[in-house]
Amino acid sequence: MLTNTDNKSKNSISSWWSSGEPWIWLNAAAVGISITAVVGLLLLIAIKGFAHFWPADVTQISYTQLTAQGPVSQEVYGEIVEQDSLPLQQYLESGGDSAVLTANQEQITRWLIKTGNRRINPPDFRWVVENQIQNRSTPDGLTVIERLEWGNAYGRLVRLTRSSGETIEGAGVWDALQEDFERAEGVRSQIEELEQGVLNTLNYELESLRLDKRRAELDNRPDRIPEIDAEVANIRAEYAVEEARLRELYRALEGDSLTLATATNEELVVPLSDILRSWQPNNMSTLGKLGHYSTSVWRFLTDDPREANTEGGIFPAIFGTVLMVLLMSLLVTPFGVIAALYLREYAKQGPMVRLIRIAVNNLAGVPSIVYGVFGLGFFVYFLGGNLDQLFFAESLPAPTFGTPGLVWASLTLALLTVPVVIVSTEEGLTRIPRSLREGSLALGATKAETLFRVVLPMASPSILTGVILAVARAAGEVAPLMLVGVVKLAPTLPLDGNFPYLHLERKFMHLGFHIYDVGFQSPNVEAARPLVYATALLLVIIIIVLNLTAITLRGRLERRYRGVES
Amino acid sequence: MSEPVNPNTPQNDADASARTEKISIKVNDLSLYYGDKKALDSISMEIPARQATAFIGPSGCGKSTLLRCFNRMNDLIDNVHTTGSIELEGTNIHDQRVDAAQLRRRVGMVFQRPNPFPKSIYENVAYGMRIQESVHKSEMDERVEWALRSAALWDEVKDRLKDSALGLSGGQQQRLVIARAVAIRPSVLLLDEPASALDPISTLKIEELIEQLKDEYTIVIVTHNMQQAARVSDHTAFLYLGELVEFDKTDDIFKNPQQKRTEDYITGRYG
Repeated sequence: MLTNTDNKSKNSISSWWSSGEPWIWLNAAAVGISITAVVGLLLLIAIKGFAHFWPADVTQISYTQLTAQGPVSQEVYGEIVEQDSLPLQQYLESGGDSAVLTANQEQITRWLIKTGNRRINPPDFRWVVENQIQNRSTPDGLTVIERLEWGNAYGRLVRLTRSSGETIEGAGVWDALQEDFERAEGVRSQIEELEQGVLNTLNYELESLRLDKRRAELDNRPDRIPEIDAEVANIRAEYAVEEARLRELYRALEGDSLTLATATNEELVVPLSDILRSWQPNNMSTLGKLGHYSTSVWRFLTDDPREANTEGGIFPAIFGTVLMVLLMSLLVTPFGVIAALYLREYAKQGPMVRLIRIAVNNLAGVPSIVYGVFGLGFFVYFLGGNLDQLFFAESLPAPTFGTPGLVWASLTLALLTVPVVIVSTEEGLTRIPRSLREGSLALGATKAETLFRVVLPMASPSILTGVILAVARAAGEVAPLMLVGVVKLAPTLPLDGNFPYLHLERKFMHLGFHIYDVGFQSPNVEAARPLVYATALLLVIIIIVLNLTAITLRGRLERRYRGVES
Repeated sequence: MSEPVNPNTPQNDADASARTEKISIKVNDLSLYYGDKKALDSISMEIPARQATAFIGPSGCGKSTLLRCFNRMNDLIDNVHTTGSIELEGTNIHDQRVDAAQLRRRVGMVFQRPNPFPKSIYENVAYGMRIQESVHKSEMDERVEWALRSAALWDEVKDRLKDSALGLSGGQQQRLVIARAVAIRPSVLLLDEPASALDPISTLKIEELIEQLKDEYTIVIVTHNMQQAARVSDHTAFLYLGELVEFDKTDDIFKNPQQKRTEDYITGRYG
C-alpha cells in the first residue's frame, strides 16, 4: 500500500518533470530576473539622477561639532541631500566619534547636508549625525543663489547695492533682485551672443588669415602677403569695435551686488554678474517648484558645463556623442556592407574565406582599448601626421589632424564595430532566395546589377540590424575614445557657423567619458554624484533613441519585403 | 560561327509559310556534366521558331537542365561543364563574343514558382528595361501596359500598378513574371513548369496565355503534366535519364510514339 502511493507520487513527479512545466517556469524566471534587473537599474539612475534637480527646502540646522578643542556649536543653512542609517560598528570603524552616541544605540542615522557657501564656510557638504543636531527648522525667506563660481550660496537677503549707489534693504530686496536680475540676464545673453557669434567668427577668420599668410610664405608667394595683411587689419578694426561693445556690456553688469547673511550672521557679498539664478524654496508652492524643476532639467540639457564639470549642463557632451555615433554609422555601414558583399558574393568559398570569417568574428572580441591604441598609432599619428604634412603644413608644428579628434574617434569606433555589420549583412545576404537572383539574371541583369537592384535592398533590414548593434556598442564605448579624441572640456563644438561647418579635426566631449570624469576625477564628489546618475540616464536614453530610430526604419523595410518566399 | 549577335532586333520578317521551317534553337550533340556525373547525354534537336515545344519526362530526367542551357543559367552553378553546341538563330551561344546577360535578354525565362521582386507591379515589369535600355517615362508606361496586356494581366492590375507585386495571387504573380520577361522583347521564352505551383483556374489562364504568346515567341515549356503538353505544344520532346528519347510533333508523340519507352511513359506505366 505504502509503496504503491510512493510509486504513484514518484510517477506524478516524473511526469510533471517530463511535461516540460518546470522548464517553462525556469525560462519565465530567467526572463523575469533579466527584466527586473534592467528596469531596476534604469529606475535607480532615473530617481537618483533627476531627484537632484528638485528644489529642496533650505533648512536651518544647529548642531555640535566635536573638535580637538572640544564641542563647538555650529549653525548652518543647507539642503538635506541624503539620509542614511548605518550600524554602530561600521560608524566607529570608519572613524566616527563615540562621544556623540547615546547609551545602547545600535544604529546611527546621519544626514548629508549641502551647506554651500563654499568660499567662506567650507566644506560645502557635511555629514551630520542625528544625535549632534540640536535644532532644525525651515524659516521663510531663505534664499538660494546659484553662482557662476563657488557653487550655491544660502542665506537671508540683506541688501541690494546698485552701481548708482542706491541700496535697498529689508522686504523689498527680493523684488528688486528679480528686477535687476532680469536686466542682468538680458545683458548676459547679449554678451554670450557677441562672444559666441561675431567675436568667435572674427577670431576664426583671423586664424585662417594667419594660416593663409604662413602658406603664402611657404609657397614663396610674398606678393600675396600685403593683401592678407590688409584683410587682417580690417578684421582687427572690426574686432576692436565689437570688443569695445563687449566691454561696455560687461561694465553694465559691474557694480551691482547682493549681500546675504549666513546662519552665523556673516555677510556674504555676491556680485550680480555672478548670479545665475535665485530662488526661495521655502516660500515656493509645489507648482512653483515644478516650474523650477523643469527649468533646472532644461538647463542641464542645454547648458555648457561649469566648475570642472560639476555644475552646469552637459549639452556639448550630448552633442558630441550623437555626432560621433552618426559619423561612425556613416563610416561603418558602407565599409561593412562592401566587405560582406565580397565575402559572400564574390570570393570563392573555401578555407581562405572561412579563415577570414573566423578572423572577422574574433575581431569583435578584441578589447576596445586595443582599438584605441591602434587608432592613436595608425589614424592619429600616421594618417593624421601625414595629412598635416601634405595639406596643413602652414599650421605646423601645431597639428591639425595629427592630434586626437572627432574623425579619428569615429573611424576607430567604426573599425571596432565593423565585424558586427559584416556578420549581419552576410546573414542577410544568405537569406535572399535564390529564385529572386535567378529571376533578375534571367532578365539580362549582370551579377552586379542583381546585387544592387534586388539583393541589397532586400538585405537592408539585416544591414540595419548590424548598424543597430554597432550603434549600441559604439555609443557606450569610452576606453578607446580617451585615446583618440574625447576631452574633459571642449572649448568649441565640432559643428558651428564657420566654414566648413563640420570640423572633423576638433576634439569633442562624450557622455560616457563625462560620467567617468565627473564621477571619478572631480574635486567635489558629493556635488558630482547626482550628475553622474543624470548623465548615465541621458546616455542610456540617447542610445535607446538612436536604436529606436534604426529599429523603426528596419521595421518599415521589413514590411516592404515581407511575404517573399525563400 | 556566324555574325555577332544583335539582341535588340526580334525577328519579325518571317511570314506564315516560312514560320514552320524556321529553326530557333539548334542543339548539337550537347552533353552536360555536374562534376563527373553526366546529366545530359549527346542531345541533338532543332526547336522551331514561333511554336510551342514541350519537354516531358520523369523527374530528374534533365528536362529543366536542358532548358537552362538555352539561356546559360547553368553557368551560375559551380562545377558544370558542357560539350557540344547550342545555336540560337544561327549563333553559337557559347561563343566568346556572346555575353550571357545579352543572351538572356533574347531568351527570357519563367520559373516554376512565381518570383516577382519585392517592388511594385510597375517596377517589376520595368525592371528589365531599366537595366540596359534608357527608356523614356512615357515609353516605359506604354511598354509596361503592353507587356501586362500580353500577359493578360492588365485589366486586373491597371488600377494598382504602384502596389507591391507580393500582394498578387500566385497565378497573377506568374503572369506578372511572364509580363516581366515579355517586356524586354525576347525572341524565345523558356517556361520551367510554369503552372506546377498554381491552382487549376490559374493553370488554365497560363495555358491560354501560352497559346497567344506562341504567335510572337518561340516557346519552350517544361512540364510533367502530359495533358498540358498535349494541349499547348506543337512539338514534344521526351527525355529520359538525360537522353532525348523522342522528339516529334505533339500529335505524333501522343498518338503514335515510335519508341517503346515513350509509349510506356505516356500511358503511365512509369514516371
